[in-house]
Amino acid sequence: MENHNLFSRDTEAFIYNLKVAPIQRMLDFDYICKRSKPSVAAIINPGNSGYHKAFFGTKEILIPVYSKISDAVTAHSHADVMVNFASFRSAYSSSKEALETKTIRTVAIIAEGMPERDVRQLISVAKKNNKIIIGPATVGGIAAGAFRIGNTAGTIENIISCKLYRAGSVGFVSKSGGLTNEMCNVLGRTTDGVYEAIAIGGDRYPGSTMLEHMLRFEQNPEIKMIVGLGELGGDEEYAIIEAKKKGKITKPIVMWVSGTCTKIFPGEVQFGHAGAKTGKLEESADAKNKALRDVGVIVPNSFEDFDKKIAEVFASLKLPAKKEPEVPKLPLDYDAAVKKSAVRKPTNFISTISDDRGDEPYYVGIPMSKLIENNYSIGDVISLLWFKKRLPEYATKFIEMCIIIAADHGPAVSGAHNAIVAARAGKDTVSSLCSGLLTIGPRFGGAIDDAARFFKEACDKGLSAEQFVEDMKKQGMLIPGIGHRIKSAKNPDKRVELLKEYAKSFPSHKYLDYALAVEQVTLKKADNLILNVDGCIGVLFVDLFDSCKFSKEEIDEIVELGYLNGIFVLARSIGLMGHVFDQKRLKQPLYRHPWDDILFLP
Amino acid sequence: MISIPRKKIREYDAKKMLAANLAKYGYDISLEVAKVDEHTIKGNMGKTVEIGSVSGVLTNFIIEPFVEHDNEYFLAIMSQREEDIILFSEKGGVDVEEHWHKIIQIPVPINENIENISITTRLPVSGERKERIVSFIKALYKYYVDFGCTYIEMNPLAFDKQERVYPLGFVCELDDCEHKCEGKWNGLEFPQPFGRKLYPQEKFVAELDDKTGASLKLTVLNPDGKIWLLVAGGGASVIYTDTVVDLGYGKELGNYGEYSGDPNEEETYHYAKTVIGLATNGGQEDRTLLIGGGVANFTNVANTFKGIIRALRESKEHLQKMKIFVRRGGPNYEEGLKMMRELGNEINVAIDVYGPETHMTKIVDLAIKQMNGH
Repeated sequence: MENHNLFSRDTEAFIYNLKVAPIQRMLDFDYICKRSKPSVAAIINPGNSGYHKAFFGTKEILIPVYSKISDAVTAHSHADVMVNFASFRSAYSSSKEALETKTIRTVAIIAEGMPERDVRQLISVAKKNNKIIIGPATVGGIAAGAFRIGNTAGTIENIISCKLYRAGSVGFVSKSGGLTNEMCNVLGRTTDGVYEAIAIGGDRYPGSTMLEHMLRFEQNPEIKMIVGLGELGGDEEYAIIEAKKKGKITKPIVMWVSGTCTKIFPGEVQFGHAGAKTGKLEESADAKNKALRDVGVIVPNSFEDFDKKIAEVFASLKLPAKKEPEVPKLPLDYDAAVKKSAVRKPTNFISTISDDRGDEPYYVGIPMSKLIENNYSIGDVISLLWFKKRLPEYATKFIEMCIIIAADHGPAVSGAHNAIVAARAGKDTVSSLCSGLLTIGPRFGGAIDDAARFFKEACDKGLSAEQFVEDMKKQGMLIPGIGHRIKSAKNPDKRVELLKEYAKSFPSHKYLDYALAVEQVTLKKADNLILNVDGCIGVLFVDLFDSCKFSKEEIDEIVELGYLNGIFVLARSIGLMGHVFDQKRLKQPLYRHPWDDILFLP
Repeated sequence: MISIPRKKIREYDAKKMLAANLAKYGYDISLEVAKVDEHTIKGNMGKTVEIGSVSGVLTNFIIEPFVEHDNEYFLAIMSQREEDIILFSEKGGVDVEEHWHKIIQIPVPINENIENISITTRLPVSGERKERIVSFIKALYKYYVDFGCTYIEMNPLAFDKQERVYPLGFVCELDDCEHKCEGKWNGLEFPQPFGRKLYPQEKFVAELDDKTGASLKLTVLNPDGKIWLLVAGGGASVIYTDTVVDLGYGKELGNYGEYSGDPNEEETYHYAKTVIGLATNGGQEDRTLLIGGGVANFTNVANTFKGIIRALRESKEHLQKMKIFVRRGGPNYEEGLKMMRELGNEINVAIDVYGPETHMTKIVDLAIKQMNGH
């Protein structure tokens, strides 16, 4: 690459800090310019490494991410630009490191608000190493059809309307980053377009000066005219005037210095600092515009005829028309396409119970704030999220009662035992809990659904209690929800007593009555064949649904899908976690079952 | 408008900070200085004075003991792109400008240690005091670098009978971007420039600006002005203002203002409402409002226009005789411009709308022609 060109169609850059949007914008620009390789070689993201996924046209590519500049430089020695998105606090150290590498030649600093001494130090480092800084406090710049720094020139639509996908004949340099976009638009309308547009940034000491870029433009045979947009303050423009006087710039320059309005502002008093007399040139826009005009720079009378002056000068060059390449159509991003109703796709998931997309989560259409304001209980939340209805208070209270009753049943039952053993093996809370939960099934805690199903079916069919017991016996099946290892008619289960008592408040409890009739039959066979807690909860839930006017189909579905075992799982999780915490609090060691408790057979 | 990070501080603060810190850089200095309140300065405190074209109220005084001294020196340090420059003259005091040719300049390249710079040989001072001045300059330079100064001027600089140094007049300017120095500055206040009272509308916008990450600026230039600006973007707003002035209508310009950095609809609404309020205050014959801006980078033009449209709609009865010009480009500009056109029909106000195919400041020209009855 020629020395006067900072960028070409092969330029590759590092992006310092993982800035997803500007990276994609650079790659999109590459694509419409038909570059063969993406312009982003790698990302430097302090403290992280790996890969970043981005689009290059329709394809997805992986861009390597390094945590250190030195690593990135070693792996990509051909990348000679770093676009530095570091904050004003860290821009100094990262830029300095980049300027001191062998291979990075240009550093663009985006940050605003860098201390001027830091920038001046960077300028001296750059000078020593023969490097170029663009910025700070800038959007960067763009080499049409070749390379784009970050966000320069805005949306792809704008880039296409300004023809920045192919090189024109105008070199443009400005202080303001914001107006670069507008000026690309002006140059797109009045000339054959931009060859390169650089925004040096609005700081007092920009890393590279307007003149430095104009001198590059002068040397570049592809550039036929130079356009500049200066600002009041600083002495940038006087350096251009000197160069023009000395004949270092011969190509036509059209330039305007903004800030001519300051003369009508209520000014700050100048107390006559001696500094103003140390041979410094006048920094007002009017003075600069006049001085530029005096040396033959084409200066309009105001910004209003800037475009006309540019058009005139360009016309006078009588350049042959540029060939217009075909611009590949950039695929729409999915989000943008959705916004425009230009695309549709079937969803993979459906949710009918909750929605977290708004300002607050909703449970079945009820906002969180209303749940809290109106003192919704856990029973209410379960009714909403499980049954998609609000249930009356006697029902939600019953749900909570079941949870209280089934929350724990001592450390010796299988679930608690497993949770305890896992906790003592040093497993975390979730693993220990799961170890306990996984014991829940047909023999432990999982009989609620079956009890509900069998009792309901028999009751609905109008089978007498005796017939039902007889049928089950014929099929060789135990009746789910009947029988207890310890409790009996004489030693009743207190939990069942409590539930039965509460059920008196249900509008209907025919299924419980039916189950109790069955218990009367089974008790004749053995004293411990009582309606146990699983059975009682099961039938009472059926009574509850019946009382709350659930349809037959709804009730069947609930029983079928295993909602009721869910009640047990939910409740018992409370107890299982209690046991896990208890063991961990007591620092219980690894449990090993004693040999003497195992019968070893040959 | 263009914000300048170099900030002047009060002489009192400059002296206090120097006296408290210079010893660390190798020179002991003791300055007795007191800030006083209105009880001590009866008659002057709160008095309005005029300096140049600006009048303002005196609110801060300092009191110092009288220092009997012989010669008055001039000493300054300033920053330039590649070096700092130390300025010194034996002929300081009020007449320094008359003896300008006597000022010597000692450049200190950036990153150079001041100890490696030969000052002694270049200082036009003879006698014992010379070394004292040299070590004072070195300490002061180190302080200058370390405290984020961008300009220091001591005039006059004097020595008392015990050869103690006194910067009798002291100007100090700091780079308020020097975040590393914030601790050392110790809560120092950057005072507002002398003079100029804010209009309530300016205060309101300044408060809005403080509360948001976006940028909202307003300066009232002429409350009876006929041209009013509601312009997006810092750079573009300066150019619109320039163009009004360059076309010879600076006196008719009501305000300078800018909204940028993606303000939300509510902020844009309040900002627009304030500008429209000023623009329609006191008759609206021949008045024009320019809703301008360049081609935005990523700001959604239609979204920002929503706040402005709300403000215009609410003020429709005040806008009936006003002429409004719109020019804007950028993401979603077609929709934004369409909304503006439809609003014109809806509220029956003349709104002329232009996009990026029209030169940015064309609407300034159109507004002036309109004002002149063309």
